[in-house]
Amino acid sequence: MSDHLNTEPALDRPDDFYEALIAAHRGLSDEQSAQLNCRLILLMANHIGRPQVLTEALALAGRGLGARP
Amino acid sequence: MKSYSNPVFDYRPCADQHTGTPARHPIVVIGAGPVGLVTAIDLAVQGQAVVVLDDDQTVSVGSRAVCHAKRTLEILDRLGCGQPVVDRGISWSRGRVFLREREVYGFDLLAEPGHRRPAFVNLQQYHLEEALVARAASLPALDLRWRNRVTGVQAADDGVLLTVETPDGPYQLACDWLVVADGARSPVRHLLGLQSEGRVFHDRFLIADVLMKADYPTERWFWFDPPFHPGQSVLLHRQADNLWRVDFQLGPDADPEEEKKPERVMPRLRAMLGDRDFDLEWVSVYTFQCRRMEAFRHGRMLFAGDAAHQVSPFGARGGNSGIQDADALAWRLVRVVRGEANESVLDAWAQERQAAADENILNSTRSTDFISPKSPIALSFRNAALELAATLPFARRMVNSGRLSTPTVADDSPANTVDADAADTSGFAAPAMRPGAPSVDAPLLSVDGQPQWWLNRIGGEFDLLIFTGSATADATADATAFAARLSALRQVLDEAGLPALRIHRVMPGTSAPAANPGEPDADDALSDALSDADGVLAARCDARPGTVYLLRPDQHVCARWRSLDPQAVAGSMARALGRPLGRAIADARDSTPDSTLDATLIRQATAPPAATQA
Repeated sequence: MSDHLNTEPALDRPDDFYEALIAAHRGLSDEQSAQLNCRLILLMANHIGRPQVLTEALALAGRGLGARP
Repeated sequence: MKSYSNPVFDYRPCADQHTGTPARHPIVVIGAGPVGLVTAIDLAVQGQAVVVLDDDQTVSVGSRAVCHAKRTLEILDRLGCGQPVVDRGISWSRGRVFLREREVYGFDLLAEPGHRRPAFVNLQQYHLEEALVARAASLPALDLRWRNRVTGVQAADDGVLLTVETPDGPYQLACDWLVVADGARSPVRHLLGLQSEGRVFHDRFLIADVLMKADYPTERWFWFDPPFHPGQSVLLHRQADNLWRVDFQLGPDADPEEEKKPERVMPRLRAMLGDRDFDLEWVSVYTFQCRRMEAFRHGRMLFAGDAAHQVSPFGARGGNSGIQDADALAWRLVRVVRGEANESVLDAWAQERQAAADENILNSTRSTDFISPKSPIALSFRNAALELAATLPFARRMVNSGRLSTPTVADDSPANTVDADAADTSGFAAPAMRPGAPSVDAPLLSVDGQPQWWLNRIGGEFDLLIFTGSATADATADATAFAARLSALRQVLDEAGLPALRIHRVMPGTSAPAANPGEPDADDALSDALSDADGVLAARCDARPGTVYLLRPDQHVCARWRSLDPQAVAGSMARALGRPLGRAIADARDSTPDSTLDATLIRQATAPPAATQA
């Protein structure tokens, strides 16, 4: 398995995931949505379990947002 | 305070106050706090004369350090004053983390048996210091001078001249080496115009020490956002004498003077502790900084403890790291003064402890940022980690209520012979015993079948740990070959002019080991024979018969091999002493450039160095 972030299409039926992601936030307050997102990120980070992949994902996600490099 | 009154130690005039020219000492330590005292005791138990100057005449006043880590206890054991600290204190290894009204998880910092000391002993700093002062008083080589306040420091290339104020007026004394351990405010550092720089935190915290009889388990309890102190954190520790430390986070806007008033403190405590009886013993409000000096060595001056580096209290990394500074410094200073080590070992010390300070600052800064999140999203992540931690072990490793002090491994120390450079180090699967790490502990049996702790057998000298097969299984030929290798080792060390080395032969099996393998040479060279009855030491060292570990006088691993090679041992010892192998120390010193003092320091020619370097 490559130790780099995979940005090639990798998700089967992406529409299903996207719909489920939005649905998970339905009816939540902004604060609850933030909680959901935070839990999701921590769960997925642990599942990925590879620091280099996470570092690259953090950098890519933050690009153009004026965050510190 | 109701549970404690500070002792008063007498000022005593000394001969140095009446000499025409300043008396000169090999080593002076400034500060009789835990770090200064441990340094001085370590020097004195190794036979090195040392003068300690302290501006006060008592131990620590009020509530300060509480949690003394396993490594600190092991260092105190080596210095002969661990037991009174453990006896007086409260041993603990377990903790619990709470979020709002419920427990999220518990943890155990030392879940395995086979260690003499627990993960931590809680003891008020004044009790620790009293134990250290008592130990210091038993050492003739240690000259502890109360109410001796340093008011002037003049550093030169070959020593330091001090001006000292006493009740009888000022006097001067000179030293070859100065250890500055005068605490976070470090008057001496200020006298020299040296800085300790880093990050200032604005969050205020309230310490309330309460006397109460409570049946809480002896554990570290940490609450995030509890109902009795909403939106903030609270930490509870048990100390000796039925004293409990409560640490309330107050936030950056709290008024320290208002918060210290009993009418503000008592309702906070009442909300937490309910109707039980308690007495308020001590209150203070603090903020903290995470900072360090850029260099811990400035020529002949060595800065240790809070004078050199400061951290937040979360993780108990202040006092414990200061005592590790002392542990790593004393053996080197002793050998530099004796002429057995090159001065460069003090740069190695500074490098080790600067790296340790960075590690401690990193950990304590991360704990602080977890405990007091600086933004709404940081708070959301923190709460997410805490919520997940209630059911998922992976998230418990993200929760950070303080990463509790563990000894820093001196990974990049010049004293180490790294595994890759040493011959025959194939496949060591014992990262806890890698070069630079303090030795693990383990239960062993001595020749007469008495239980012994491994760490109590080593330290103060270089130690060589040799794992062999069982004594009874040794064929005579093997025993003779082993004895011959020990003789060869002794000869190589002698020829290289290297100092004493203690040898420990550790054998497997439950029977008591034979005193020696029956060979006179072996009997002579072998200083210690031990039985690793349960195989714990061998497992922790990933040892096979033939495996060898070389340990520094502060019990840290220098090097390890799969077989005994006298030249390799001598080479690693020489490296730890900053000496090129096969050259006399005087030659080595000639090739070392003179240490350069800071340009900010006042230069003054002092008397030539005492003839201590043979």
